[in-house]
Amino acid sequence: MGPAVQRIYFDHNATTPVHPAVAERMAAVLTEDFGNPSSIHHFGQRSKALIDQARSAVAALIGADPSEITFTSGGTESDNLAIRGAAESLEKTRRHLIASAIEHEAVLNTLKALARRGALTTLLPVGESGIVSPDALAAALTEETALVSVMHANNEIGTIQPISELSTLAKARGALMHSDAVQSAGKIPVDVKALGVDLLSISAHKFHGPKGIGAIWIRRGVRLPPIATGGKQERGRRAGTENVAGIVGMGVAAEIARTKMVEDGARLSSLRDRLEDGILRAVPGTVVNGVRSPRVPNTTNISFDRVEAESLLIALDLEGIAVSTGSACSSGTLEPSHVLKAMGFPPHRTQNSIRFSLGTSNSQADVDHVIAVLPGLVEKLRHLTRTPVRA
Amino acid sequence: MRIVVAMSGGVDSSVAAALLVEQGHDVIGLSMQLYDQGGDGSFGTCCTLDDLNDARRVADAIGIPHYILNFEKQFQETVVSNFVREYAAGRTPLPCAHCNSDLKFATLLDRALALDAELVATGHYARVARSAEGGFVLRRGLDADKDQSYFLATLTQDQLACASFPVGNLTKTDVRAYAHRLGLKVADKPDSQEICFVPDGDYAAFVSRQEPAVARAGAIVDGTGQTLGTHAGIHRFTVGQRKGLGISGPAPVYVLKIEAESGTVTVGPRAALERETLTASQVNWISGVAPEGWRRSSAQIRHRHTAAAGRVRGIESHRAEFVFDEPQMAITPGQAVVFYEADVVIGGGWID
Repeated sequence: MGPAVQRIYFDHNATTPVHPAVAERMAAVLTEDFGNPSSIHHFGQRSKALIDQARSAVAALIGADPSEITFTSGGTESDNLAIRGAAESLEKTRRHLIASAIEHEAVLNTLKALARRGALTTLLPVGESGIVSPDALAAALTEETALVSVMHANNEIGTIQPISELSTLAKARGALMHSDAVQSAGKIPVDVKALGVDLLSISAHKFHGPKGIGAIWIRRGVRLPPIATGGKQERGRRAGTENVAGIVGMGVAAEIARTKMVEDGARLSSLRDRLEDGILRAVPGTVVNGVRSPRVPNTTNISFDRVEAESLLIALDLEGIAVSTGSACSSGTLEPSHVLKAMGFPPHRTQNSIRFSLGTSNSQADVDHVIAVLPGLVEKLRHLTRTPVRA
Repeated sequence: MRIVVAMSGGVDSSVAAALLVEQGHDVIGLSMQLYDQGGDGSFGTCCTLDDLNDARRVADAIGIPHYILNFEKQFQETVVSNFVREYAAGRTPLPCAHCNSDLKFATLLDRALALDAELVATGHYARVARSAEGGFVLRRGLDADKDQSYFLATLTQDQLACASFPVGNLTKTDVRAYAHRLGLKVADKPDSQEICFVPDGDYAAFVSRQEPAVARAGAIVDGTGQTLGTHAGIHRFTVGQRKGLGISGPAPVYVLKIEAESGTVTVGPRAALERETLTASQVNWISGVAPEGWRRSSAQIRHRHTAAAGRVRGIESHRAEFVFDEPQMAITPGQAVVFYEADVVIGGGWID
């Protein structure tokens, strides 16, 4: 084995470490406040109260009323609930679903599944900016459109979508508007009213909460049939005994994120810019994807000319630097990025991009270390890559 | 030394990795994902994700980093397309050998070198050593029954220089015992039998899915040209095959010859399968140079064939000719022929 390496984590869009205060509260809930929130006795009441508090904290993070928050197992379930629910409740009159081409798989594959069962679907293109154009949505909307689903911030490149403009267009045609805000909630201010949406998905583990817990905001008046049928938990919107510890953890994490977001965001964006500028200067043949668009403060996505991202990711990991790229398939290998493809980039640029996503634990020293290490690794990968296939 | 181990999830490459760790090397496990795990039905989907998971668990157990590389495109372009093309040409391909020389010790080796590794190790039962002249020699594995040098004879000096076969000095029994000692879950995992991308063993169905044009009816004729029956595509046949011909007669008949252009399959009695000579193309001489004139050696013409004595010489255009002392049964075009001196591989190529 090689010497132990100092590890640097630059993959916060994948997941974040649980904040110690979150872990502490969760541990107490797991062992002490273990009651079933549906129970009538003291133990049940106590758990119910904890959920109420958490619901208020999560609602506050996105400018919502607590009664409009439904806890789920995470972003994927929230997206499914929103899309399948809207499709089912409107299927008699509206069978058309619209999403952007750069959505997360949770949205894209749900749309595909519904298309196999007869729904009409449209994917909105994005240009090199990585931004969905309102004109494209206006052209795609019909009287048949049940739902428009566009993410608030993209997970791969960090671009922020013009949700409020899109919402206005969707509403004008009587369609519901959903936004997957998994990558924006906790990073930038999210206000459901300002966004004008009807449905919004968030996930705790992207902002220092635990995995396995998320929420969907359902605007009052919007009726969604549940995916799982069972008990009356979560106002009948999501059956099953609540993940109390997870919900409490999400509440604490939401509270911390809400109070520290602006300060953290400013620090992260200056670190991100330092990383970006440093890499562009130190490594020839690099370009930032989506750079001219508004982006979340912690994310940069850089294509390295003539470098296979797969190899660069491994080489960085062997140096103790954890980054990410594209989307991973079932075995954990890399596929060309569907986001960069949708932006119209040629194959070489969609297969050689690396995502650096920063978080609160990262320091300037981390950034400088990466800038120092990268040129050598890239140079080696460029030199040793012979013709890849000699059929 | 930093060494990349190509980990298949089987016991041999798992033990190869463990041995290198024990020797104190800086070991990195890489596994190749060779076809889509989701499955559009054209490839087998049964075991491969399990195999990758086995590799990952072994890597964790022996404390090495492990990564899965997506080689779907390269695998299709090198190994699978060749497999299909060969069957369509009336030949019987040997994809494992192509995978070794065109993928593991090509694309994977490039990746390994880029990660500062000096060697790529695999779980093959073969041995590589420095020769007296400073080059590299390839020898059969110590376990004669498990020897896999036949699948490695197309490796060049450059490739051998970067190759390591840690289990080549062990018997399979030793390897399993070692895996047991380490408590590896794969210790008793069965050996892989079939070609990995056709787990149900139905090569004909696979080939016709990949290349539907190959399923073209043709005639089955005897040595005199008389038609005995018809068949549904030459990709269903291999030289020496007896079963599945759909011909009844007093004596068993065997496939003698497959002609792609006319789609004709010639059959005949077992004795007509015997040949004393063969020629081979794209011959790789391990030393880098062809022998001068005739040289005594033995030749192995398929995986489960005992190398037979005779003499070999190089001929023009990287080809070779071999004359057996005794006639051999079913010399099959498309298979490898590997020339040995005792247990040392002299070279190998593809039977014409």
